[in-house]
Amino acid sequence: MPRPDREADRASLPSSDELAAFFAEASQAIAAAADRRQLEAVRLELLGRSSVLSAWKRALGGATPEERREVGLALNATRDGLEAAVASRGDVLAVAERAAALEADRLDLSELATRRFAAGHLHLVSQVRAELEDIFLGMGYEIAEGPEVESDEHNFTALNMPPHHPARSNQDSFYLDLDDGETFLLRSQTSPVQIRLLARKELPLYAVAPGRAYRRDTPDARHLPAFHQIEGIAVDRDISFADLAGTVATFTEAIFGTAIKSRLRPAYFPFTEPSAEYEVTCVLCSGAGCRTCSNTGWIELGGCGLVHPNVLSMAGVDPEEWSGFAFGFGIDRLAMIRYQIEDIRSLIENDVRFLTQF
Amino acid sequence: MRVPLSWLKDFVPLPTSPSEEADVAELGRVLSSLGLVFEGAELVGSGLDGVVLAHVVALEPIKGADKIRRVLVDAGGPEPLEIVCGAWNFGLGDVVPLATVGTELPNGMAIGRRTMRGVTSNGMLCSPGELGLPGESSGLLVLSSPGPGAALPAGIEPGRPLAEHLGIVPDAVLDLSIEPNRPDCLSIAGIARDLAARLKLPFVLPEPDVSGLERGEAAEALAAVETRAPSACDRIVGRVLVGLAPIASPPLVARRLILSGMRPLGAVVDASNYAMLELGQPTHPYDLDHLAGGRIVARLARPGEALVTLDGTARVLGRAPNGRGEDIDLIECVIADGNDEVVGLAGVMGGRHSEVSEQTTRVLLESAHFNGLMVGRAAKRRGLRTEASVRFERGVDPEGTRRAADRVIELVAAAARHAGAPVPSLAPGVLEDRPVPAAPVRIELRTERMNALLGTELGAGDAAELLEPIGFSCAPSEQGLVVDVPSFRPDTTAEIDLIEEVARHYGYEQIAPRSRRSPAVGRRSPSQVRRHQVMALLTGLGAHEAWTPSIIDPALEDRLGPAPERVRLTNPIVAEESALRSSVLAGLCAAARHNVAHRNPHLRLFELGAVFEAPPAAGEWPREREELGVLLAEEGDDAAAASGCFERLVEGLRLVRDDLELVQGDELDALGAAGARLVRGMHPTRRAVAWCAGVPLVGFGELDFEVAERFELGERRIGVLVADLGALLAAPERPRIARAVSRFPSSDLDLAFVLDEAVAAERLRRALAAAGGELVESLQLLDVYRGAPLSGGERSLAFRLRMCALDHTLDEAELSAARRRLIEAGEALGARLRA
Ligand SMILES: [Zn+2]
Repeated sequence: MPRPDREADRASLPSSDELAAFFAEASQAIAAAADRRQLEAVRLELLGRSSVLSAWKRALGGATPEERREVGLALNATRDGLEAAVASRGDVLAVAERAAALEADRLDLSELATRRFAAGHLHLVSQVRAELEDIFLGMGYEIAEGPEVESDEHNFTALNMPPHHPARSNQDSFYLDLDDGETFLLRSQTSPVQIRLLARKELPLYAVAPGRAYRRDTPDARHLPAFHQIEGIAVDRDISFADLAGTVATFTEAIFGTAIKSRLRPAYFPFTEPSAEYEVTCVLCSGAGCRTCSNTGWIELGGCGLVHPNVLSMAGVDPEEWSGFAFGFGIDRLAMIRYQIEDIRSLIENDVRFLTQF
Repeated sequence: MRVPLSWLKDFVPLPTSPSEEADVAELGRVLSSLGLVFEGAELVGSGLDGVVLAHVVALEPIKGADKIRRVLVDAGGPEPLEIVCGAWNFGLGDVVPLATVGTELPNGMAIGRRTMRGVTSNGMLCSPGELGLPGESSGLLVLSSPGPGAALPAGIEPGRPLAEHLGIVPDAVLDLSIEPNRPDCLSIAGIARDLAARLKLPFVLPEPDVSGLERGEAAEALAAVETRAPSACDRIVGRVLVGLAPIASPPLVARRLILSGMRPLGAVVDASNYAMLELGQPTHPYDLDHLAGGRIVARLARPGEALVTLDGTARVLGRAPNGRGEDIDLIECVIADGNDEVVGLAGVMGGRHSEVSEQTTRVLLESAHFNGLMVGRAAKRRGLRTEASVRFERGVDPEGTRRAADRVIELVAAAARHAGAPVPSLAPGVLEDRPVPAAPVRIELRTERMNALLGTELGAGDAAELLEPIGFSCAPSEQGLVVDVPSFRPDTTAEIDLIEEVARHYGYEQIAPRSRRSPAVGRRSPSQVRRHQVMALLTGLGAHEAWTPSIIDPALEDRLGPAPERVRLTNPIVAEESALRSSVLAGLCAAARHNVAHRNPHLRLFELGAVFEAPPAAGEWPREREELGVLLAEEGDDAAAASGCFERLVEGLRLVRDDLELVQGDELDALGAAGARLVRGMHPTRRAVAWCAGVPLVGFGELDFEVAERFELGERRIGVLVADLGALLAAPERPRIARAVSRFPSSDLDLAFVLDEAVAAERLRRALAAAGGELVESLQLLDVYRGAPLSGGERSLAFRLRMCALDHTLDEAELSAARRRLIEAGEALGARLRA
């Protein structure tokens, strides 16, 4: 580091050789700065107020005009050169320091798998149910609800089920053990919601009712005593079987996409007439025939039909003025078909290894 | 119902080939489209073309092989054929089936010439299974064993086709599922009628011809029939056959019965069964010589009467236990003899005493029309649903009794002729008692109504063309048609039934779908929207939604502690699972235990579902509520997690936090049953209930460690939350009015109070919020401290209140005034400011 004595301030201006030597020495000092703090110290020493360079500059005052011009230019060039060297050394050091800091912070993010933000999963049945609800909301339907404990009247009689219909037997439905009065049971289908909706006397009526229903089935791979259904009903002034077929086709497409077709084939239910079984192209084999569809290429999803005139009359709706259709199908069954679930009991085990798949 | 194709072809000229799977499937498709649901078909008797009888003339071992032998058979050719065979159940001289080279067996196996261990096999000797025939499939089908060197019995010729030898013709047995409203299709003829109409083929139901059989003594002189209970039996027909011999049915009858799932038992019984399958009308033959007075009388059973039925079981009639340890009297129809002794349970099963046997020579054949409900109940009560009872239950044709009786007689006579036995004679005259002839049903079908309901544009004539072929007679009327319903369609009683028949035969697939949507805007109700929010909030906490059973074992649920009075089932599937759940928490605990058992103890679960309690008073509806349960069992989850979950719900549902009051400790008692059910199973000193305007909404805290132990959830803290979902979803929401935020600097007031342990922090928090009023922007409990220098019964609660005003910066005077008010509010609760 050049350390010219204070005498030089007053006394003399540097020769061009002295200046060159100073520049070389100063450049080395800048290049030797190991970090930005050292660099700043060097800069102050070389370029600050008390530096040799500043002293020389001050000494210019006493020089001849010729010297002043000549040496002044040389001094400015030296200062500019050193400032540029400091800036460039500063850049180099900044890059290196950032690189070192980054290296010191290096982290393997795959070590960090944490459950702190683990997502919960809705039950598969819930997800399918919400999807169905959204489809019908899009068609302008309301979502209706009804109790799971129903009266015999709502669950059967008002649905035109004859007094000795097999579904009414205690082999098929769960009856409640209550003292007396009305007969109550766990609803064997979501259809009693139809009756509750009709009783509101607000027509026209377009509604779906998803929910849990109960049948006395011994649990096995395909049956559970409790299952989920979605029921739909539309009552308006001029509803026909063609509207039912169109609606079924529409929601089939909404659920399964355009590749899957629906069809209706005659069936019997006491609460609808004409009645139909609602079938869709087998989603597993696309209609070619497989084990799931018993080689028919079709899968039964549910039942539907025009609301029986007796059901309307019993609910106080004039069947000559109003007509309607109703449909119902299993949400669990739909989920099982779509996700290829072999055993329905997986749906009630609540095993996290199952729940977290959906 | 199992329907042999060949039998259908007796009534309708179907072009379907019984050995072409595609043909049969197409027929199935047509049947399904009529609502006669095709569930599959079994092709029988085909694939036997290259199978012939083979006589074993030599049997030798093969060198180096101990599982197969070299067999030489005479199969009708000039030279014996060399065959390699792995079966051991036959011997020299036996006659067995040989599938010759080039045959394709019913199971699809193609027979080629093969060489094994230097021996060429010119075909394969077959087992019954390989031929699609019933019988043991572990060995060959041995057709005859005359012994080595013995002559073959007559009729057995080597080289004769097996099918010809066994009288097997190719047939297809269709498996159809018949809906309960179509009793007419519980018969071959009924199915043929529907099919013929759809395929526009002629349908012919021949009249049975018994004219040549009538001779001898008049029926009236030999027997009598009578009904004394017209409500149970409105028509009874009897015919008497004399001179019967114990013969078997002809092969065609026997084979069709077998294909239909019945067993041939002898000509008379077979004829009765055959006629029932064909026409849908059950009949019953009585041995006239074992029938006192030669008389059958339909009447109601007297309570306690007894009968030994055909199956050898002694049965009590007219009375049954009601399941509560008492007997009740039943209204059921029986057949009695001339001594008024019961000889049959009408429509269900006959009695053993009057059963037709090998010795029977004279028969009284009953063909009656019984009340379907009565027959159905009588059969069901005894677990005796027979082919006959099912048909009566669904409804038989009241006009078909006579035809069925005559068809049985025709078949019995034909069997005798086939067997070369004397043809029995039919006693001249028909015995009949019919007090009330069935009233014919006539319905008007309005064309406009039909088209409005179906979305079609059919004319009255089109409807008539669809209805006439299935037996309805139509005449034009002003508005459409007047239709006479045939007696075999008891299901058709109203116009809508005719409209369905038109739709069915027109074809559902021909009705063009019409796009239709509701005129309303579809949207979820506010509480449905909130329910979805609850679900989203909880999954956001990492909780999975569970679905646990609503029918439960009360003992399992009692692990939570004392339950309210539950709703019980009268008829559970398993005795233990006999009640409806009164809490979803028990189900969640059981679900957690399942996961603990599978080594996944750290999890969060929730469920939204109905819970039930016994009705408040007799005769009223049981109480049903929707409940939310949350179980927090992630590592470190405890009451704090439950409290966090509660706050998350409050925030997410935009409830007014200050409307919610937390009740804990002894104060919970004041909430009564409504509060108690929200904290069932919870840790008694770590639980709280939030209530709003007098309604308890949510209980939360920790699972009682004893409860956790009963559910085997391990020794750890588990957070739980139970909400009355209906009340929660209905709780008032914050006003939907935006509140401006201050643009001026805020100041924090930090105040630490020492408060008695008996006073909840919540109360101090509320007091401070109230005292700070509008100026409080936020209020946070920063720290809780217990220990020296505080005494044991108190703790320090440090609050930070961020203060600001909407329209100016608070000055020192305002802040110190506020600070004073806050301290006074704390002191009013017995708190003192900590120095
Ligand atoms: Zn398939």
